[in-house]
Amino acid sequence: MTENTEATGGPERRVRVVLVDDHRMFRTGVQAEIGRTEETGVEVVGEAADVDQAVTVITATRPEVVLLDVHLPGGGGVEVLRRCAPMMGAVENPVRFLALSVSDAAEDVIGVIRGGARGYVTKTITGTDLVDSVFRVQDGDAVFSPRLAGFVLDAFASTDAPPVDEDMDRLTQREREVLRLIARGYAYKEIAKQLFISVKTVESHVSAVLRKLQLSNRHELTRWATARRLV
Amino acid sequence: MPAATTRAPSSHAPDPEEPAPRKLYRSADGRMLGGVARGLAGHLGLPVAWVRFVFLGLFFADGLGALLYAVFWIVVPLGVGGVGGVDRSLFETAPDGRRRLRKPDTGQVFALLALLVGAVVFVGNVDMGSKADRYVWPALLIGAGSVLVWRQADNARRAQWIEVGRRRRVLHLARGLAGVALVGLGLAAFMVVRGSAAQLGTALTAAIAVLTGIALLAGPYLVRMTQDLSEERLMRIRAQERAEVAAHVHDSVLHTLTLIQRNADDGGEVRRLARAQERELRNWLYNPEGTGKEEAEEPSSLAEAVKRAAAEVEDKHGVPLEVVVVGDCPLDEKLAAQMQAAREAMVNAAKYGGEGGAVQVFAEVEGRTVFVSVRDRGPGFDLDAVPDDRMGVRESIIGRMQRNGGTARLRSVPGGGTEVELEMERASE
Repeated sequence: MTENTEATGGPERRVRVVLVDDHRMFRTGVQAEIGRTEETGVEVVGEAADVDQAVTVITATRPEVVLLDVHLPGGGGVEVLRRCAPMMGAVENPVRFLALSVSDAAEDVIGVIRGGARGYVTKTITGTDLVDSVFRVQDGDAVFSPRLAGFVLDAFASTDAPPVDEDMDRLTQREREVLRLIARGYAYKEIAKQLFISVKTVESHVSAVLRKLQLSNRHELTRWATARRLV
Repeated sequence: MPAATTRAPSSHAPDPEEPAPRKLYRSADGRMLGGVARGLAGHLGLPVAWVRFVFLGLFFADGLGALLYAVFWIVVPLGVGGVGGVDRSLFETAPDGRRRLRKPDTGQVFALLALLVGAVVFVGNVDMGSKADRYVWPALLIGAGSVLVWRQADNARRAQWIEVGRRRRVLHLARGLAGVALVGLGLAAFMVVRGSAAQLGTALTAAIAVLTGIALLAGPYLVRMTQDLSEERLMRIRAQERAEVAAHVHDSVLHTLTLIQRNADDGGEVRRLARAQERELRNWLYNPEGTGKEEAEEPSSLAEAVKRAAAEVEDKHGVPLEVVVVGDCPLDEKLAAQMQAAREAMVNAAKYGGEGGAVQVFAEVEGRTVFVSVRDRGPGFDLDAVPDDRMGVRESIIGRMQRNGGTARLRSVPGGGTEVELEMERASE
């Protein structure tokens, strides 16, 4: 993708990042791609290869963003999220998680998002896009890959049927529109241009979707997952 | 034993890929007693009623039918299927289970002897007038008891294969206890009848002492043996799984790696191979069915069709296509036309817009409308500037959609990529 890091990125901002992945080669690759602090503003302050290590390193370094692999020895990314929950909810410098996985299977994606990750990108992502995503997550916004947007649309599509849904379980027309454009491969700023709204508004819509996904009726999601033989 | 080695004289020919002779199994489905008659009927291709009738007829010939039935019951292992369910034999999926079942264990042989003794006594005494009661009834009790316990064992074994009957555990226990009680009662009755009731206490003590001794000696050994057995089975399952993974990796991954080594200079070809391999592996790893290989027949649903088309285009042009499908529905004629248009759009995107990165394909089923978007980030183009004789976009995409009652929109920003939007109403059912 030819997208630049534009206003959200840039060397004048700094973000401290921990890499959690059980493949050393991959960690090295990501480090080489985004860890050139002078250029990207990303500073990799720690690495971990399994759940226990990850919790230790994250507690010790208190990074702003954790790039988290979904499949990890010791319980997977979901377990890391569970054990780091207090740090996620902290008022001062909360730790935010961005899932970075080779798997784009629905159960993995939905699992870590429900666990509290602020976004999900697959390992095919380019370096610049990853840097961009890290900064966005640091700002508290959600980063959705097209595929993730597709899963979310799918999940909420089946919850439309029962008439007595709480508002929380439903996506507004606008949120749905935004998600659909993400699923079609649009970048946030392209969506903003298309819908005549600001990028900030797009990001707040996406964050709202993420919040709804985490809070939404467990029952519905279970049913959705069961219907697709995911659980 | 003759029954166990009976070859297949039946109308069902053995499977061509499995030349092993068809074995006789008792049927666990819809059986009345041991499933012998049903199993035999299935094996011979006869109606069950006939077999049952023959057994019944033989029974009146000095109880020969009962004897025969008992022998079959002991010797023939239990299977799933029988009449009407021949193909559902469980032993293809659990080949190790078969080998274990084929050996009649010693307990069963002892039980057979007991039953034989009972039957002989029964036959010998049945017309002996007043004396009959003294032996016949205890023998019947014992027979009934053993039948209960045996069927119980069958059911337990069956429940091991197919995970059923957990909620019926209490019932099973009750049945087992009832069987034991019946046998005990019968044996006690024998003793009473034969006037040895006076020594019952001593005999019982001796019996218990002997049994305890045997249990102490053989118990740990038996426990150990069952543990070893289950462990071995686990190892075998693991080994099988590993072999399957290895086979798959060998078939596809190593093969692809070799091709990549050979084509190392051709970047496009390497990318194409890697993408195809990634997709196949991903399919294999994350799909519930785990079938990444057989894609022979036509797709029947929209999601499948979109993914298939994207995969083919990806393979052909070496450009990655990212597919997102929301919802699904069966394919009809109009949707098939839409799929062809979408495929054409994908080919165009891969050909002319592939340099800008992955092509995004999005398909959504919403109510009666099916929406497909194909988007690339290539240089884009001006539709009006395309000469009239180039029919790709006009005919294959826009024209095809219109002919089938749908719409196609083409949005292209020079320098900002191209997006093709296809919308189609589903045919009403």
